[in-house]
Amino acid sequence: MLWSTTTWRLIGQRLGIAFITLIIVSFAVFFATEMLPGDVAQILLGQAATPEAVAGLREAMGLNEPAFQRFLGWLVGLATGDMGRSYVNDIEVVDLLGGRLQNSLRLAGIVTVICVPVALTLGIIAAMFRGSWLDRAVSVATISVISVPEFMVATLSVLVFAVWLGWLPALSYGVNVDSIGAMLRAYAMPVITLSFVVSAQMIRMTRAAVIETIETPYVEMALLKGASRPRMVLVHALPNALGPIANAVALSLSYLVGGVIIVETVFNYPGVAKLMVDAVATRDLPLIQSCAMVFCVSYLTLITLADMIAILSNPRLRQ
Amino acid sequence: MTNDTPNNWTARDDAMVEEAIRRGASRRDLLKMLMGSGVALGAGGGLLMRATQAVAATPKRGGHLKAAGWSASTADTLDPAKASLSTDYTRCCALYNRLTFLNEAGEVEMELAESIESSDAKTWNVKLRSGVTFHDGKTLSSADVVFSLKRHLDPEVGSKVNSIAKQMAEITAVDDLNVRIVLTEPNADLPTILSLHHFMIVADGTTDFSKGNGTGAFVLEEFEPGVRSIAARNPNYFKTTGPYLDSFEFFAISDNNARVNALLSDDIHLAGAINARSLRMMEGQQGVDTSITTTGNYTNLNIRLDIDPGAKAGFVEGMKHLVNRELIQKSILRGLAEIGNDQPVSPANRYHNTELQPREYDPERARALFEKAGVLGQTIPIVASDAANASIDMATVVQQAGSEIGMTFDVQRVPSDGYWSNYWLKAPVHFGNINPRPTPDILFSLLYHSEAPWNESQYKSEKFDNMLIEARGLLDETKRTDMYWEMQEMVANEAGTIIPAYISNIDGIASELKGLRPNPLGNLMGYAFAEYVWLDE
Repeated sequence: MLWSTTTWRLIGQRLGIAFITLIIVSFAVFFATEMLPGDVAQILLGQAATPEAVAGLREAMGLNEPAFQRFLGWLVGLATGDMGRSYVNDIEVVDLLGGRLQNSLRLAGIVTVICVPVALTLGIIAAMFRGSWLDRAVSVATISVISVPEFMVATLSVLVFAVWLGWLPALSYGVNVDSIGAMLRAYAMPVITLSFVVSAQMIRMTRAAVIETIETPYVEMALLKGASRPRMVLVHALPNALGPIANAVALSLSYLVGGVIIVETVFNYPGVAKLMVDAVATRDLPLIQSCAMVFCVSYLTLITLADMIAILSNPRLRQ
Repeated sequence: MTNDTPNNWTARDDAMVEEAIRRGASRRDLLKMLMGSGVALGAGGGLLMRATQAVAATPKRGGHLKAAGWSASTADTLDPAKASLSTDYTRCCALYNRLTFLNEAGEVEMELAESIESSDAKTWNVKLRSGVTFHDGKTLSSADVVFSLKRHLDPEVGSKVNSIAKQMAEITAVDDLNVRIVLTEPNADLPTILSLHHFMIVADGTTDFSKGNGTGAFVLEEFEPGVRSIAARNPNYFKTTGPYLDSFEFFAISDNNARVNALLSDDIHLAGAINARSLRMMEGQQGVDTSITTTGNYTNLNIRLDIDPGAKAGFVEGMKHLVNRELIQKSILRGLAEIGNDQPVSPANRYHNTELQPREYDPERARALFEKAGVLGQTIPIVASDAANASIDMATVVQQAGSEIGMTFDVQRVPSDGYWSNYWLKAPVHFGNINPRPTPDILFSLLYHSEAPWNESQYKSEKFDNMLIEARGLLDETKRTDMYWEMQEMVANEAGTIIPAYISNIDGIASELKGLRPNPLGNLMGYAFAEYVWLDE
C-alpha cells in the first residue's frame, strides 16, 4: 500500500521535525542578531547618534523593553499570523516582504521550470551512456560551470549582452515589462546566471545517483535478461534513484530563495535576499526574523517534499 | 569627439572649462588657461565653442528621467528630519522645498522664503512667499514652517540635525506669512543653515511621511523603501522655471560596476557617485559624460591629543610631515581630489583660506620629530576600515613611508559594520570620514570646539572656542572672513586631524541629460538635480 499508516506516521514525523527546526532557527537568529554591535536606533542615527538622541529614538520606537521580551512578543504574534511591524520604517513586515517574496518566487519559479527538466535529462543521459563522448562533454561543462563564481558569470554577461551588444537590459527591475518579449529580455540574464549555478550541481548528483543504482546486481540482472539500455535505466534503475535525485534537486533549489544575493545585487533585482541584508544592516529584528522564517520554511518545504518522495518511491522505507 | 580635440582631452576637461565659464572667465582667460596646459590655439577655439554651447543650452520640456543612486535600504524615508542617505536627500529635494538654498557659488538664495532678515543676528524674521501650495492643495503658511522647524527639537522624531536646531530657542508665527526665530546666541549663518536638506518644509501636523506631501517640483506617485520611487511633474509648482521633466524615477544600484554598466547600456540617464576606477571604462565611450564636484568630503587621519602617542609633543607634527598628500591625491584618489591643508573648510567654501599651504612631505623631518617625541622604533597601531572611504589605502601609504624611517605602523583593518560606534573617536590613531557641511561654523562647532560631540583629536583651545562664538554673531563679512582664516590656521597647526585631500565626487551622465551642474551641498547637484535637468534626445 502506498498510503499505509506507516507512510502517514513517517510523514507526520517529518512535519513535526520541520516545525521544531523552525523554532530552533528563530531562537538562533535572535541570539545571533543580539550579538551584533549597535541597535536599530544607533544605526539609524549613524554619526549623529548622541546618547540623548539614541535614548529619544529608542523611546519613540518602543525599544525600551528587553530585547528577549520583544522577541517572544513577535513569536506569539507570528503564531497568530502577525509578523509585526518593521522598526525602521514602521511598515507592516507582511507588506515589505510580500512584494519582494513574489519577485523572488517568480525568479526561482522560472529558473526551476527551465533547470529541473534540463538537468535531469542531461544527468540521466550522461549516466545511461557512461564514458561516452556525450558523458564527458556534460561532465566537463558542469565542472567548469561549478568552478566559475556566479558574480563572474553575471558581470561578464552584463558586459557582453548589455554593454557591448546592447541586446539585453543591464537591470532586471525598473525596465518596462509591458510585453512578453520585454519580460523575457529582462529575465534572460539573471535566469541564465542562476541556471548555470543550480543545474550543474543537479546534473552531477543525478548522474551519480543513477550510476550507483546501475551498478547494483538487480539492474545487472535486468541487463542479462535482455532489457535494452534505456529500459534498464528508466524502468529498473530510475525508481530507486529517485530519492537521492529529489534530495539533490531540493538542495539546489532551496538556494534560489535566500542565496541569490549576488544576482540580486548585480541585476538590481529587489528580492528577499537583499531585504534580509538590509534588515541585518539596520538591526531590524522583526524583519530579520521574518526573512529568516521565510528562508527556513522554503528550505524545509523542499527538503520535506524530497523526503516524502523518497519515502513514497522506496517500499523499504514505507514498511 | 570631434577631430580637433587634443589626444588626451576627456570629459573631465570639458567639465573644467564649463565650470570656468560659469564662474565668469573671459574667452581670453580661457584660451590662456588651455594654452598653459598645452592645447593648440585652433583646437582651443573648438573646445571653447562646445563648452559655451553646453553652458548656454536652452532647456527642453518632457521626458522620463531614470536616475540611480548608490545606496538604498528598507530604512529609506521621505521624512526630511530622518533623511540620512543620498537617496533620501534626492527624493526630499524633488518633493519638498527649503526656505533657502545654496547656489553653485555657495551663496544663499531664497526658495520658500521671500526674505530672511535680522539686525542683530539673534532675532530673525522669515517672510514667506505667498501663494505656494502643497501637493494636496493646502496653502503654505507660517504654521507649516513653525511645525517643520520645531520637529527637530523633539527627541522622539530622531532628527539628524537636532544638535543644530537646538539654537532656535523660539520659533513663532507672527502672522500668516511671517515667522520669528529667536536664537540662543547670535548666528549670522542662519540663512545658510536653513538650506540643509533636513530643514525641508512639510505640512503642519504631518505624521505619515510616506505620501511625500510637500511644495516641491514633483508629486509622488510610487514609493517603496529600498526599491524605487516615481514622481510626476507638479503642475502647480511655484517657480516659473522648471521642472522640465515629465516624470522622474529614482532607485539605487549599490554595486558600482552594475551602476556603470546600466549607464553604458542606456538603461539609466544618471549614475550617482561613480568610483574613480571606473572612469577609464567610461572615458572614450559614446553617449556618456561625467560631472565632477568637489564639495569638501574628506577622509582624515585622526590622532587623539589626550592619550599616547598623540599626547607626546612632536608626534602629530611628525605624522603631518609623513603623510604623502600628493601620492594620496594622485594615485589613491586618481587625481579626483584637491590637496588638503589639515583643516575642514574646503576650497568649495567661500571662507576657504587660500594662503594656508599644506605641509611638505618630509620623512627626514618626521624622523627627527618622532625621535624627539621618543616614539621612534615603537609599533603604532592605525585603525582603518572600508567605512572611511579610501582609508585602508591611505594607511598603507603612511605605513610604507614609516618603514623607510624606522617607524612601524600596524594597520588594523576593521569591519565597516559598527565602525562609527566602536572605533571612530575612540582609537588613539584612526581614520574618520566627514561629509561636507555648508558653513565653517557648523564644521568647527561639530568637530573642533572643546565640547564638540565629534572632536576627533580631542583638540581643546579656549581661544578657538571664543573666536568661534564671536565670529558666529558677526554680520560684517570681511571681519568674519578674517577670523575664519585665522581659525583654519589654528586647526591646521594645532589639532591632531590630518586632512590630506578633499575628495571629488563623480557622477556619470548620459549625454542627452543636460543642465547638471556642481553644487557645494553635494554631488548630483546637491541632490536637487531633478528640478533643474532636462533630456535633450
